[in-house]
Amino acid sequence: MMRRLSPQPLEWINRSQSVTFVFEGEEIKGFDGDVISSALWAQGHKVLGRSFKYHRRRGLLSFANHDINVMLQTADTPNVRGDVVQPEQGQTYKAVNTFGSLAQDKGALVEWISKFLPVGFYYKAFYSPKFLFPKWERLIREMAGLGTVDTSWGERRQPKRYRHCDVAVIGAGPSGMAAAIAAAKQGVDVCLIDENPYIGGSLDYQYANEEALEVTRDDLKTTIAEMDNIQVITSAFVAGFYGDNWLAVNSQQGLIKLSAQSVVVATGVFEQPAVFRNNDLPGVMNASAAQRLMARYAVAPCKEAVVLTANPEGYRAALDLIKNGVVVKAILDTGCGENSWSVPVKQAGIPVFENAAIIEAKGRKALQGVVYAVNGVQQSLDCDGLLMSVGWAPAGAPLYQAGSKFAYNAILEQLLPQELPQGVFACGRINGVFEIVDQIKDGQQAGMAAALAVQDKSVPDFTDYTATRAHSHSYPIWQHPKGKEFIDFDEDIQIKDLKGAIAQGFDNIELMKRFSTIGMGPSQGKHSNMNGIRLLAKLTGKSIDQTGSTTARPMFHPTEVSHLAGMRFRPERLTPMHAFHQQAKAKFMEAGVWLRPEYYATESSREASIAAEVAAVRNAVGLIDVSTLGKLEVFGRDSAELMDRLYTMRMSNMAVGASRYALMVDDSGVVIDDGVAVRYSDEHFYVTTTTSTSDSAYRMIQKKVIEWGLKVTVLNRTGQIGAMNLAGPNSRQLLSQLTDLDLSNEAFPYLAMRQAKVCGVDATFIRVGFVGELGYEIHVSAQDAEHVWQQIMLLGESFAIKPFGVEAQRQLRLEKGHIIVGQDTDGLTNPFEANMPWAVHFKKTYFLGKPSLVRLKTLQKRILVGFELLSAAADDMPLESNLIIDDGEMVGRVTSIGRSATLQKVIGLAMVELACSQVDSELTIKLSDGRMVSAKVVKTPFYDPQGLLQKPQESALGGAA
Amino acid sequence: MPLRLLKYAWKKSEDEPRFFPEEKPLKTSYDVVIIGGGGHGMACAYYLAKEHGITNVAVLEQGYIGGGNTGRNTTIVRSNYLTSEGVKFYDESLKLFEDLSTDFDLNIFYSTRGHFTLAHTDSAMRTMRWRAEVNKHHGIDSEVVDVDTIQKEVPYMDMSCNGQHPVMGALYHAPGSVARHDAVAWGYARGAQMRGVEIHQKTKVSDIKTKSGKVVGVQTDRGFIEANSVVSMVAGSTPRITEMLEIETPIEIFPLQACVTEPVKPFMDTIVVSGSLHVYVSQSSRGELVMGASVDPAELHSTRSTLDFVEGLTDQMMDLFPFTSRLKIMRQWAGMSDITPDFAPIMGKTDVDGFYLDAGWGTWGFKATPISGKTMAYTVANDRPHELIKPFSLDRYANFELVGEKGAASVGH
Repeated sequence: MMRRLSPQPLEWINRSQSVTFVFEGEEIKGFDGDVISSALWAQGHKVLGRSFKYHRRRGLLSFANHDINVMLQTADTPNVRGDVVQPEQGQTYKAVNTFGSLAQDKGALVEWISKFLPVGFYYKAFYSPKFLFPKWERLIREMAGLGTVDTSWGERRQPKRYRHCDVAVIGAGPSGMAAAIAAAKQGVDVCLIDENPYIGGSLDYQYANEEALEVTRDDLKTTIAEMDNIQVITSAFVAGFYGDNWLAVNSQQGLIKLSAQSVVVATGVFEQPAVFRNNDLPGVMNASAAQRLMARYAVAPCKEAVVLTANPEGYRAALDLIKNGVVVKAILDTGCGENSWSVPVKQAGIPVFENAAIIEAKGRKALQGVVYAVNGVQQSLDCDGLLMSVGWAPAGAPLYQAGSKFAYNAILEQLLPQELPQGVFACGRINGVFEIVDQIKDGQQAGMAAALAVQDKSVPDFTDYTATRAHSHSYPIWQHPKGKEFIDFDEDIQIKDLKGAIAQGFDNIELMKRFSTIGMGPSQGKHSNMNGIRLLAKLTGKSIDQTGSTTARPMFHPTEVSHLAGMRFRPERLTPMHAFHQQAKAKFMEAGVWLRPEYYATESSREASIAAEVAAVRNAVGLIDVSTLGKLEVFGRDSAELMDRLYTMRMSNMAVGASRYALMVDDSGVVIDDGVAVRYSDEHFYVTTTTSTSDSAYRMIQKKVIEWGLKVTVLNRTGQIGAMNLAGPNSRQLLSQLTDLDLSNEAFPYLAMRQAKVCGVDATFIRVGFVGELGYEIHVSAQDAEHVWQQIMLLGESFAIKPFGVEAQRQLRLEKGHIIVGQDTDGLTNPFEANMPWAVHFKKTYFLGKPSLVRLKTLQKRILVGFELLSAAADDMPLESNLIIDDGEMVGRVTSIGRSATLQKVIGLAMVELACSQVDSELTIKLSDGRMVSAKVVKTPFYDPQGLLQKPQESALGGAA
Repeated sequence: MPLRLLKYAWKKSEDEPRFFPEEKPLKTSYDVVIIGGGGHGMACAYYLAKEHGITNVAVLEQGYIGGGNTGRNTTIVRSNYLTSEGVKFYDESLKLFEDLSTDFDLNIFYSTRGHFTLAHTDSAMRTMRWRAEVNKHHGIDSEVVDVDTIQKEVPYMDMSCNGQHPVMGALYHAPGSVARHDAVAWGYARGAQMRGVEIHQKTKVSDIKTKSGKVVGVQTDRGFIEANSVVSMVAGSTPRITEMLEIETPIEIFPLQACVTEPVKPFMDTIVVSGSLHVYVSQSSRGELVMGASVDPAELHSTRSTLDFVEGLTDQMMDLFPFTSRLKIMRQWAGMSDITPDFAPIMGKTDVDGFYLDAGWGTWGFKATPISGKTMAYTVANDRPHELIKPFSLDRYANFELVGEKGAASVGH
C-alpha cells in the first residue's frame, strides 16, 4: 500500500531520484530527501520499531527528531534514528532491541509478565540468593540496551570547526527567521541554525497550506538568502549551550564550536502526546507529526483519521488532512472548539464533538479505532489514524543551560522562560507566542535586541506578544482501569508506574525521574517530562512551579562521539638531535610529551647496550641529550629575590658564573622539582626543571610572580634551547678541542658556569656531576644543537665516545645515589626524608614551603637510604615499589634498584622508617611473589664516595686542557 | 521469575510502603542533626539508629535525597588504595557494600566487574606495583598484570592506544564493582526512617549556633532546631558549612564531570581506568557507557558542564576503544568535588564541641558511603573517633600527618 501523496507545495523530497534500501529484509523504495521513517510509512509500514521494555509495536509519535522507538541498526552503526537520518542507497537496516525480528519479536513475552514488573521492579528482587544475582544481572543487561556494538569497528573521527558570530539564532522557524533578519539589518554577523535540512520550521509544516502566508514565507526566505551577513547552518543542532555563549553546534559534517556575542533562542516547542490507554498503537501520533509527514515528505499519515485536540492547531491539522484526501471522521475537542480554523472544518462537514474525552485506542498490531466519551457518553469510531493535538512544552534546553528559569503560565498552560541571562533572548512559541504575525514581531524584537546588545546600545522595551488563550491542555492524561497509558515512550513508563513511584515517596520531580527512569531515555524527556510534571503536581496537590522540572543538561540530542572527539591530536616533541638518535639506533621512550632515547641498540641485547653505554661514561666519555629538561630564564630587578623564594637553597648569594642545585618544594614541604640554577649576572638567572614539570613549574612560577608582586620576567625557553651532557674521564680533553674556553680546574672549577663558544656557536657550560664523572652540560640554541652534537660525536670517535640514553643515566646516577624526583620521592616526601637536609637553607626569611619544612624537620619518620642486596641470584631481584617488611609490618619500599655494572652489585634506594635506616641495618624486601630477600643499608654514594672523579686533579687527567 | 515479584500480580506498586515519609513539620529539637541527605548522611543516620539506638535524628537536605554527588558519581567501588589507612578503610566499605542489598531488602545492583587501572608509563607502573604490594600486604585482591592478561580480559581494547602511550600493564582489582548509586542512598534513607529517623528535604541550613564553644543548634529556612550534635556531610558544600563555625579546612572545590552514551547491548563487563588518558569507563546495567575523567583544572563552585570535558574524554576514549566513535553521548553532568591536599578525607571531631565533619570526599566519596556512615555514627555516638578514621582527622594538616593518597585517588575512581 502506497501512502505517497501528490506533490506538496514545500515538500523536501526529490521525486526524480529514488533511493532503495532494505528494512527488516524487505526492499523499500523512497525518494531522495526522505528520512527512513517517511520512506517506510510511504510504503505502508506502520510498525517501525519495538518499545524498550515491553517490546510493544511502535510507529511514528512525534516525528520531530526524537522518535526513540524508531531506532535502527546497520552493519557499522547502532541507534540510527529513523526520523532524522536519510536512508543510504543499498543500506540494510534492522530495528534495534528485537529478539528475532521486528515482526516476530520474542521480547514481547515481557509484556505477558508485565504485571510482575512494577516500576523499579529490579530494586525489589534478584538479590537473594546472592549467588544468583550475576545471572539475573546478565539477563537484565541483555534485555536492556538498544543497538549493538561491534567491537571490531574502527575509529571514526570528524574534524571540528570554530566559528564566531555576533548573533546566533537557534531555530529557523518563523520567529527565528525574523530574528535573524532583524539582527542582520543592524549590520551584525548572524548565524541561523536549524536541525532540519531546510529553514522554515512550523511555518512550513503547520501552515503549509495557508495561502495567506505565502508572501510572508517567501519574503523571509528570500531576505535570508540575499543577506550576506546571515549564515544559515542547517541539519545542525545546538547540542550544548556552554558558558560564555559557547555553542556546540553539531552538524552532519562535524562539530562547529560557535562563539556568539548574543544568542536568540527560537527553538520552539515540542508537541506533547495525550496519555490514554494504548496511546502507543502505531497510527496514533502527534498532529504535528502528521503535518510534517504530509508537508515535508508528501506521505499520508492514514486513510481515516480522528483528531483529538485541545487547541486550534488540531483543526489546522484536520484541514491539512482533508486537503490531502484523508477522511476526517471526527474532531474530539476536549473543550469548546471555537477558533478561526474550526469554521472551515465544520463547513467541510466534519463532526466536531466538544467536551470530549479519549478513553482508549483500539487495535491489535496498529490502530483500528478509538473509544471516546462526549459529555460522559461513551462512543467509538473506526479509524487508522489518531492525531493528538493537546499541547506543547518548550524546547527549553538551551535556555536552561544558559541559566534561565521557567515559570508556569496558567493562561497558556505552558512553561515560559523568565529572567534571561545577559546576551540571551527568546522568541516565538518558546516564549508563548502562537500567532504567526506575532511570532514574526517577537522574533524581530529579539533579533534587534540581540544585535543592539552586541553594539552596546540600549535595548528598547519588549512588547508582550504572549498568546491570550491556552494552547495546551492542563492535564491531557486519561487514566483507564486496564492501564497501558504511556507517558514516556522511550522507557515504557505508564501512569501506574509514576503513581507507584510517587506513592513510594519518590514525590520530588528528580526522585521520580531517578526511580521511574522517566526522561532518562535517549529523547531525554522531550515528549514525556511535561506530562510527568503534570501528573506529579496533580497527585501531590502542588502547582507546576512548586513541582519544578528536572535539569536539561547537554546533549540536546545524543551527539556522536566521533564529532565531539574531532581529529586526533597528540603533540609529540622531538629534540633537535632526534635525527641523529634515529640513525644511531636509539630505542625511544616517552617522557611526557617528549621522545627520548632510552638506549641505543648497539649491542646484542638491551642490557648489553646499556652496559656498554655505562662503561663508556665510566671509562671514556659519553654524551646524552638533555634537551627535554625544562629551561627557564629569569631576569629583572627582583630575580634574585624570586629565586630565593622559589627554591629551598639560597640563590641570592650565588656568584655570577656559578651554579647551584635547585630544589623546589610546595606549600606543604613536599619535593616537587629539581634542577640546576646558574647566575648570568646580578639580575639574570637560568634554571632547569625536570622534563615532566617544565610547563607546570613555569605556570606556577608565573602565578607566584604575580602573587608576590615582584619585578621580574620569567621566560620558558625549553623548546628554544638544546642541551647535552658530556661526561666521562675523557670529556675535558675532547671538549678542549672544540672551544677556546679555559677548561682547567682553576679557570672552570666544579659547579661553575661559563659562557663561551663551542663549535663556533654561543653556549653555556655548566660543570655538573649528575652521573658522577667529570662532566659538562652544554646549552646552545636549538638550531645549533644538532651541529654541536655532531661535532662532539665526530671528534669523540678518537676518545671512544658513545651516546648514552636515559636508562644508562639512571644507572649512573643510582651509583651516585642521586635521586629522581617523582621516582625516589612520592606525593609526601620532603627534603629531609629525601636525605637532602643540606639543600634546605632555613636562614632565608622565607621560601616556598619553609613554614612547613620547619615543622617537618622535627617530625621526620622516614628517610631515603642506599642499600645493597645480599643475595645476587637473578630471580631474587626485587622490583621498584617492592615493600620492606619488618616483623610483619611495612616499614618502607624500594624506590630505585639496579644491577651496577661498575660495582658488580645490586644496589638501590629505599624509603624506610628511621628505625631501620642505620648503615648496616638489614632490610627484608618482599618480592612480588611473596618471597623475602635480604639487603643491607649502605652509605651513598655507592660509587666514588668522595666525588674525586667529578672534580679530578689535573694530574689525573694526564695534563689535558 | 523471582518469587519476590509474584506478589505484584495482586498488589499494586502504589500500595507498597513509602521509602521516605511525607513532608512533616520540623521538631524543635533533636539529639543529632545531620546536614546533607546524600549517601553519607543517610548512612550515618541509618547506623546511628541501627547500631547505636540513636533515633531522635533529623537529616536536613537542601535539595532532594541523593541529589548531590551521590547521584552524580560514576558508581565505582574499590579498595585498591595506596596507603595502609586508605586500604583498611575502603576494604571495610567494600565488605559492607557486598551485603547492602540484603540489609536493605532492596537491590542496589552491586555488580562485581573487575577493575583495571592501566599504566602507560614506567612511573605509572611503579605506582601500580606499589599499590599492589600495599594491597596484597593487607590481604586485598590486587595485582599488577601484564599486557597479555589485560588483552585476554578486555580483548577489544587497543593496547597500542593508537600508537602513543601504549598500555604497559595494569593494576587489576578483581573485587572492583559498580552499584546503583541512587539505590544506596534510598536504601539507607528507608532503613533510617523505618527506625525513626526524620528526613527533611528542601530544608536549608543557614547557620550553626554555638554557646561557649559547643554546638547548641542549627538555623534553617524552616526554623531553628536545638541539637547538641551536628554532623556535616555535604561534600562540595562543605566550605559553606565550615565557615559558619569559622573552621578552616584545606578543602578546595573542583568540578568533576561525567557523561553517558546512549544505551547499547552489553559488551563491556570490566571497569577500565586510565590515569594517563584521563578516562574511566564502565557499562551500566541499562547499557549506557558511564564515563568520567579527572577533575576540572580550575577551582569552581558550580555544577555547570563544559564542552572541553566531553571533547577531551571522547577523544581519549577512542585511543582505547576505537569502536566507541559510533556511539552517541546522551547526557553530561558535573558535581562539586571537595578535594584535600593529600587526597584523603577529613573525618571526625572538630575544635567545636558537638560538631562533626565528614568531608574531603573529592572523587572518592561514593565508594566510602557505607563505612563513612558507620564510622561517623560511631564517632557521634561515642564522641570519640572510630579507629578506622583516626588518621583522617582535620588536625592532621596542622600536625603534618598527611595520608598520601594522591597516587591512588586522583584519577583512579
